[in-house]
Amino acid sequence: MKPLVSKDASPALAIVGLIKRYGDVTAVAGLDLTVSRGECFGLLGPNGAGKTTTIEICEGLNEADEGEVRVLGMTHREHPDEIRAAIGISLQETQLTEKLTVEETVQLFQSFYPRRRPVDEVIAAVQLGEKRHARVGSLSGGQKQRLALACALVGDPELFFLDEPTTGLDPQSRRQLWELITRFKAEGRTVVITTHYMDEAEQLCDRVAIVDHGKIIALGTPRELIALVGSEHVVEFRLESATADLQTLGALPGVTRVKAVDDRYQLDVSQVHQTIPALLEYLTGIPATLADLVTHTATLEDVFVHLTGRHLRDG
Amino acid sequence: MADPRHWRERAIVQLTLARFREFYREPEAMFWTFIFPIIMAAGLGLAFRNKPPETLKVAVVRNAAAGAIVTGLTRDRQLDVQLLDDSVATRYLRTGKVALVVAAKGGAAVEYRFDDTRPESISARRIVDDALQRGNGRQDPVVTADALVREPGSRYIDFLIPGLLGMNLMASSMWGIGFTVVDQRRKKLLKRFVATPMSRAEYLLSFLLARLTLLVVEVGTLVTFGVLVFGVPLRGSVATLSVVCLLGSLAFGGLGLLIAARPKTVEAASGLMNFAMLPMWVLSGVFFSSANFPDAMQPLVKALPLTAVNDALRAIMLEGAGFADLGLPLSILTAWLVICFTVALRIFRWR
Repeated sequence: MKPLVSKDASPALAIVGLIKRYGDVTAVAGLDLTVSRGECFGLLGPNGAGKTTTIEICEGLNEADEGEVRVLGMTHREHPDEIRAAIGISLQETQLTEKLTVEETVQLFQSFYPRRRPVDEVIAAVQLGEKRHARVGSLSGGQKQRLALACALVGDPELFFLDEPTTGLDPQSRRQLWELITRFKAEGRTVVITTHYMDEAEQLCDRVAIVDHGKIIALGTPRELIALVGSEHVVEFRLESATADLQTLGALPGVTRVKAVDDRYQLDVSQVHQTIPALLEYLTGIPATLADLVTHTATLEDVFVHLTGRHLRDG
Repeated sequence: MADPRHWRERAIVQLTLARFREFYREPEAMFWTFIFPIIMAAGLGLAFRNKPPETLKVAVVRNAAAGAIVTGLTRDRQLDVQLLDDSVATRYLRTGKVALVVAAKGGAAVEYRFDDTRPESISARRIVDDALQRGNGRQDPVVTADALVREPGSRYIDFLIPGLLGMNLMASSMWGIGFTVVDQRRKKLLKRFVATPMSRAEYLLSFLLARLTLLVVEVGTLVTFGVLVFGVPLRGSVATLSVVCLLGSLAFGGLGLLIAARPKTVEAASGLMNFAMLPMWVLSGVFFSSANFPDAMQPLVKALPLTAVNDALRAIMLEGAGFADLGLPLSILTAWLVICFTVALRIFRWR
């Protein structure tokens, strides 16, 4: 059964020229985005980048000042109920009623939807079968988050909006949630997820938009974005009471780019085995004592640093 | 179009069930709604219960003629007679331990010593004097008989129970709706709900349905307690009483919803809630009659929803009033209901 108005040809989500201001602050500053059906799409960015504002406008919980948002081909103005029936959401800060049990909570949410999945099936899908008669108040953070997903899943949505679903969870709970989201995608549902964890975006998303100051500053598959760094590896180091010359660093073999972030030096490197010996030789010559040296393959975090000069966690 | 779903799977049923579960899984809410009013009624009922007519303490000064007087007076059950030495009797009179001192003077003469500003002393003097005069052969020309009337309905407890009922309706309706709504707004649960296809009207309706069901229990226990334990009369019909409780509960529910329409924290709502309830606790005649307030204030006092509920409940329980007698309080409650709901829905903050 398909919702009445949804046109299969239309993208799952189409945002054109979205602007949202709060007084003097522009939270979303002209954002364009298209998400295809069946895609898992990530909005990656630091806190305050405008991710939540964007996603809440898509959910119909907030209103745009300018621009247009089409969800499954529909606008909130014309088809608010159809959109609500076709999407499943998890908000960042929702606390479900502690006095109700897992089963009662899922039943309650199920009763709101015209199209629904069986409560048992949904509880099993989020692996809360053993907790079905437990009060919500007694669940762990990870279990509460999975229950929140169950409340979204029980309406059999075509499109999920998940706002930072794993923030504050331990690594094991995050992994469980990732498995769940991967399964949503395998079932052919579209997932739009916001996160400030680069590993989450790399792991889950087909495409990622990096958002900063209310704008998309890069868009592509995680692989394409990492390619923006220009090289596959990153060498980072810190010196004790000495400074290195950026030009000399840039001239070292295999180095494609040099950046100093606070007291850290960051080299984008194509050939680590060539760069490291030369770097150590140069540092011995200054002379400088190495406080810390790390090499890793480039991640979306490096892309963000590359593009903004800041770390994701800095906010 | 018939909904093919099982009735239990309907949103309004699930929402109302959630309201019940939130309530009965909160032992404190149960206590304040059901147990506390009964404890209060019991406590106040005991404190202000009607005592049997008091006996008056009278001292007879010890002397040769005292014996005959004592014998004459002890026959009267309204008197508690003690034989005391003169000095002791005088001291007892001074400290209020006796109402009257009777001292036989020579022959048939008797002296009464008492403070004529103390009502019980004046009563004691009359009773003692009658007893002594009749004991010595006085004939009363008029034949009298006493018919005692101790009617339930005129005692303090009869006044109190309807007042407590009204106060309880106000508190539980306003808090029951206001607290949960504000708490769910604070927890962003309202926001989560409005992102689903849930009907907002059904969400609000679930509060009223749950409230009305709890109302039956709440009113039932307090009225039954009053009738069985204190013999408070229920002269009007249960139907009239139910309608007033229902309308009162809805009006207070509307007021609670209005107060809960905007605040984002429970603390802010508590302040507003007390601000709305305090004047009614004082002015609306819960513990004492609202007629005690000056005439200039009466229009204000009468317009309060708790005054309307209390006046109507007292009229039904104590005077057996029917709908025809309750036009004013019922109109006042309806006005509160309509105004509060209309404004509350207009300004309600869902996010």
